[in-house]
Amino acid sequence: MANMTSAVSFQKVSRHFGSVRAVDGVDLDIRSGEFFAMLGPSGSGKTTCLRLIAGFEQPTAGHIAIFGESADGVPPYRRNVNTVFQDYALFPHLNVLDNVAYGLMVKGVAKAERMSKAEEALKLVQLPGYGGRRPGQLSGGQRQRVALARALVNEPKVLLLDEPLGALDLKLRENMQEELKLLQKALGITFVFVTHDQGEALSMADRVAVFNNGRVAQIGTPEEIYQKPQTRFVADFVGSSNVLPPDFVKRYSGQNRWGSLRPEAIRITRATSGDGVPARVLSLHYMGAATRLALDAQGLRLNATLPAGAALPEQGESVVLTFNRESLHVMEDGA
Amino acid sequence: MTTAEATRSNLPTILPPSGGILGALSDLFWRRPTVLLVVMLLPPVLWLGVVYLGSLLALLIQSFFSIDEFSGLINREFTLKTYGELLRPANLDIIVRTVVMAALVTLSSAVIAFPIAYFAARYARGKWKALFYLGVMMPLWSSYLVKVYAWKLILAKEGILTWLLSKLHLTALLDAWLSLPVIGGNSLSVSFTGTFIVFVYVWMPFMILPIQAALERVPGNLIEASSDLGATPRQTFRNVLFPLALPGIVAGSIFTFSLTLGDYIIPQIIGTSRLFIGQAVYAHQGTAGNIPLAAAFSVVPIVVMCLYLWGAKRMGAFDAL
Repeated sequence: MANMTSAVSFQKVSRHFGSVRAVDGVDLDIRSGEFFAMLGPSGSGKTTCLRLIAGFEQPTAGHIAIFGESADGVPPYRRNVNTVFQDYALFPHLNVLDNVAYGLMVKGVAKAERMSKAEEALKLVQLPGYGGRRPGQLSGGQRQRVALARALVNEPKVLLLDEPLGALDLKLRENMQEELKLLQKALGITFVFVTHDQGEALSMADRVAVFNNGRVAQIGTPEEIYQKPQTRFVADFVGSSNVLPPDFVKRYSGQNRWGSLRPEAIRITRATSGDGVPARVLSLHYMGAATRLALDAQGLRLNATLPAGAALPEQGESVVLTFNRESLHVMEDGA
Repeated sequence: MTTAEATRSNLPTILPPSGGILGALSDLFWRRPTVLLVVMLLPPVLWLGVVYLGSLLALLIQSFFSIDEFSGLINREFTLKTYGELLRPANLDIIVRTVVMAALVTLSSAVIAFPIAYFAARYARGKWKALFYLGVMMPLWSSYLVKVYAWKLILAKEGILTWLLSKLHLTALLDAWLSLPVIGGNSLSVSFTGTFIVFVYVWMPFMILPIQAALERVPGNLIEASSDLGATPRQTFRNVLFPLALPGIVAGSIFTFSLTLGDYIIPQIIGTSRLFIGQAVYAHQGTAGNIPLAAAFSVVPIVVMCLYLWGAKRMGAFDAL
């Protein structure tokens, strides 16, 4: 049964393209009013899931419900769900105001009303007075905002965002992340956000679903995903954790399972002996706020990050690694 | 120094010119791209500018001359007399007939071509796309005359179409159609309906290909975005697909419209004895020797096309370009 408070629920949803299983038996429950991120590498099925919610794709098997109502066989134009496309998909033959007012126009809203609503929506995304321009005259960041306004003006129950920040440069992306987050809180609309950028997903979302090979590897809050990855894939993909083999984990936790250790949890002492894991420094990568070290701990490749200002070992130096037992996370997937 | 570095340091930083006139020319063209542009464009510009536009101008001038009705000699003084002649009921009839035919052919071609072009642009991939191009282009490989005569046989009273309709017990329908005034006749091959069918068939590729090219350039996600924003397929067609395909439709209609306006072979082989502009030009410049009137007739399609393009532009047909 679909939960009445869930905005979108997937029940064993699959979408196959020929022999390719783009989405394979996914169960999901996106809560009403939450900022939900779907994170995964390209080809993991996250975008197909978004397209299934929008109605551009129909599930091969399983059921999708939106606010408790079955979406089986419902075309996109009868779903109160709007999408911000990856490359914005603005209509090139219409000016910005007509683009934003498009959804209202096709629903038959009177001209004066839809124009004033569209102008309001442009104010909401901080582009007041841009209505007369053509999409081609706008920068990437401005187009993105127009796409957002065009979707929001319809007051959708669920807003879908398909890697909307992918084409923006770093500074603009950070601004937009913050704005999107504020906008979502202010409007209270359920946002479903697809991204391959784990930092983006962790910083913006209330909950994250990590996708791999058409399946959901893990769903949880950003903290859960980051601190307690359930599978090796999640540990590796989210924040490039060190994935530790069972024989290593057994020495510290007593459990014969795979484990993960965050790069920043590793401390490095420049001693040749002591209580810890002896290792050799393979390389150092300066990254501004931190320095990333590649280490060889007796055949096991490990990454560690040291904050700026910490004493750095030299390349090729022998060091000893220590970490708190609590920071070693034992994963659920088998040995 | 390793051997690799040693070999690298022996290589010159600036390579010597490749030598010869061609090498020098390449260097020149690279340094002065305008020179290359001039060299490439001069022959076609001369051809178009002097030979083509020049003869068009000569034609225009001819249309302002007049013919002496007794001697049949051309009076080389500028006058509007010939254009006055053009407005005589008999001649005006020819113009109206041709323009109406061209408009109908264009409209029907667009309606028939759009779904074909849409299929090719949106759905056909690989083998199907090749089949589409083959299907559209193949009629262009055979001679125009062969096609027109083939149609004469198809549309003739003893032709396959009449036979097929009789097998389907639809002869009454054909007879009813042929008994209509203006568009009817003794058989399809001697009626305006026949002329129309053959025009639509012969110019169809010129309509399909530009529409297909225009639709090819419409990103698929615009259709999805429209649908996502609540537009039914019908609304998406009217508000997104059609405006974006319009430059292609206009390009195609320029072909079908102007080709129909100027053609004189199809109406001669298939249709009634009433003249079209092309036939009138042919008749006046040939046996009648009335070059000024032939020239004035030729100016009509040019004026009509200019009006058509001006109207299309005013309606925003080129806004999506």
